Amino acid sequence: MSIRIENVTKTFGKFTAVDKVNLDVPDGTLLALLGPSGSGKTTLLRIIAGLDVADSGSVIREGEDITRQSARDRKIGFVFQHYALFRHMTVEENIGYGLRVRKRPKALIKERVDELLKLIRLEALGKRYPAQLSGGQRQRVALARALAAEPKVLLLDEPFGALDAKVRQELRVWLRKLHQEIHVTSVFVTHDQEEAFEVADRVVVMNQGRVEQYGTPAEVFERPANPFVMDFLGNVNVFHGRVEQGKALVAGAALAVADQHPDAPSAAVYVRPHEVVIQHEQSGNASLPAKVLHVNPAGSRVKVELRATESEQLINAELTSERFAELGLKSGDEVFVSASRVRVFAGNYVI
Amino acid sequence: MSADAVIIRLPARGPGPQVPASFVNPRTDPAWVRWGLTGFAVLVVGVLVGIPVVNIFYEALKEGVRVYWDNLVADPDTRHSIFLTATVVPLALVANIVFGIAAAWAIARFKFPGRTLLTALIDLPFSVSPVVAGLMFVLIFGLQGYLGPFLREDGYSVMPYATSLVGVFVLVVLYFVFRPANPAARRGVWRGPTWLVVPAASVVLFALSVVVQKRLGVWPQGESLKIIFATPGLVLATAFVTFPFVARELIPIMEAVGAEEELAAINLGANGWQMFWHITAPNIKWGLVYGIILCNARAIGEFGAVYVVSGHIAGQTDTMPLRIEKLFQEYNLPGCFAVASVLTLLAILTLVAKARLERKIPSAVHEATGEGGS
Repeated sequence: MSIRIENVTKTFGKFTAVDKVNLDVPDGTLLALLGPSGSGKTTLLRIIAGLDVADSGSVIREGEDITRQSARDRKIGFVFQHYALFRHMTVEENIGYGLRVRKRPKALIKERVDELLKLIRLEALGKRYPAQLSGGQRQRVALARALAAEPKVLLLDEPFGALDAKVRQELRVWLRKLHQEIHVTSVFVTHDQEEAFEVADRVVVMNQGRVEQYGTPAEVFERPANPFVMDFLGNVNVFHGRVEQGKALVAGAALAVADQHPDAPSAAVYVRPHEVVIQHEQSGNASLPAKVLHVNPAGSRVKVELRATESEQLINAELTSERFAELGLKSGDEVFVSASRVRVFAGNYVI
Repeated sequence: MSADAVIIRLPARGPGPQVPASFVNPRTDPAWVRWGLTGFAVLVVGVLVGIPVVNIFYEALKEGVRVYWDNLVADPDTRHSIFLTATVVPLALVANIVFGIAAAWAIARFKFPGRTLLTALIDLPFSVSPVVAGLMFVLIFGLQGYLGPFLREDGYSVMPYATSLVGVFVLVVLYFVFRPANPAARRGVWRGPTWLVVPAASVVLFALSVVVQKRLGVWPQGESLKIIFATPGLVLATAFVTFPFVARELIPIMEAVGAEEELAAINLGANGWQMFWHITAPNIKWGLVYGIILCNARAIGEFGAVYVVSGHIAGQTDTMPLRIEKLFQEYNLPGCFAVASVLTLLAILTLVAKARLERKIPSAVHEATGEGGS
């Protein structure tokens, strides 16, 4: 079932949590709402589920306006950030609750619960109480409970927020696989861009209650719509310079700009760390001299911190270990820096 | 204790050069201070609490169990006082349970103007003297009070209206509790516009109920309705004084448990009724029992407010505490101690129940904050 959000606004006192948001969630997609805390993504999710009421605007499910429907009639599953499992019920009772309140026959409930326990691979723990489970197990029970009621849409609020790194990684892969199997339209909230890109097939970047960008993970990552998105999707080097004839002039170096861009007297020039190119020789005026301050070879990529000789600006770079071995960098080396890819946002943006 | 003893003896026994002889563990005081303080505390508790409580049972049972039993049940006035307490206390309890849950729900789950004021007002009966509370009711319902003359002349004439009002209110609440939330699923009485159906039906039901009660002569006419110096006054005063116990106990528990489980239940398709009985009630169960126990103990022992509104008419408006005072005034010490021993026994039972429950409640709140052991 598709979900459409039209002009939804929600304020808490003077604070505007969601500001005239329009959004389309096509049938069968797994969409990530990505944004910093306080960007209104959880509020938007709760409005879709009917747990919060929008001040204005409407929520439409498959052409049917459900803005005025109560949460219990919407058939939209919701997985809470802290799971909200019923602490006095066993895992089985938790999962079966949605069917129990809808007065389904006992045998059918049992069958569905067993099926879901198998799906979340907790067959042996059906008689346990939530307090006796680990975080990852609770998360899966919460998901099974939401799925048991056969929701038309599934919403997940920071599904992996409270878990440690390893469990997170496992559950991400599991959620992706689960979605491929059951194909229910899903929306999940996260502040972790890596998570959004890895799990979702559509990403919505939100900031201060507004949608900044909507697209596939590749689109959003490759073509950030504005400095906020660029900045939010991982650390980035920002240079101040100007744009002339398709080249960004930064501290004496002229860098080729990826997208067509009109001339601008003042512009913010963005280069991601992995797009920084380090060389021992100067290549014309397309590079600037810099000094290596620090090298961190731990991890899959080598992180290098440099300082531009002229402007004294700090530059972060990431190299593959092969390239790093080839260069043989150590702190104190004098090198030349250029960029394989440059993005420019001119005008009145302020970071 | 033994662990402490080891800690202080250590420096004396081990003459290691790095531990000077004058070393005193900063966490322990000298033996005479510890024994002195403990002894003093035991002495105070013994003199103020232990000996008097034991003495009550001693005095009551001094002349044997038979006399004790006669003292309790042979005197019709004493018998009546036990019966009256057993009537008034449950009524006050029920009123406070209903009010306490409603108030805790409102305060813990909603934000509304006047919320802070309501929280403060719930505490008012704790801070106001019980005698003043009793006086308050006398000034409203008593003969010289605002409603006194009317109640005396033809007090029962309000009863058809009062009962109808309560009845209609309950029906309206039930209507909204059981009404299907989805407009498409509404059938029968739930069809039609709410703003029209509810007021119209309320007015019709109210009028019907009033007319029927008047026709049938359910209530006596031209008689005075006694509130002060009668059981209704006792219930009012007791309920007022014990008013904060249940609400005070529930508010922090409901706040700690949070609304998320309730929202999850609604999201899974539960209606308000199911949500309350399946989710809220089990979560607040022990807190509620705890509140009821405290409320019950206070209600049984209430003296001041009840003293003012009862007029202490023996055999009519004397509750057990009032009866004890009267027996004491009449120099009937064995009778006095017999009734007192019953109250004391109830108090001790309350303490035991309270101590057992206290172990359950922190764990409930503990789990609520997500710290439950895994």
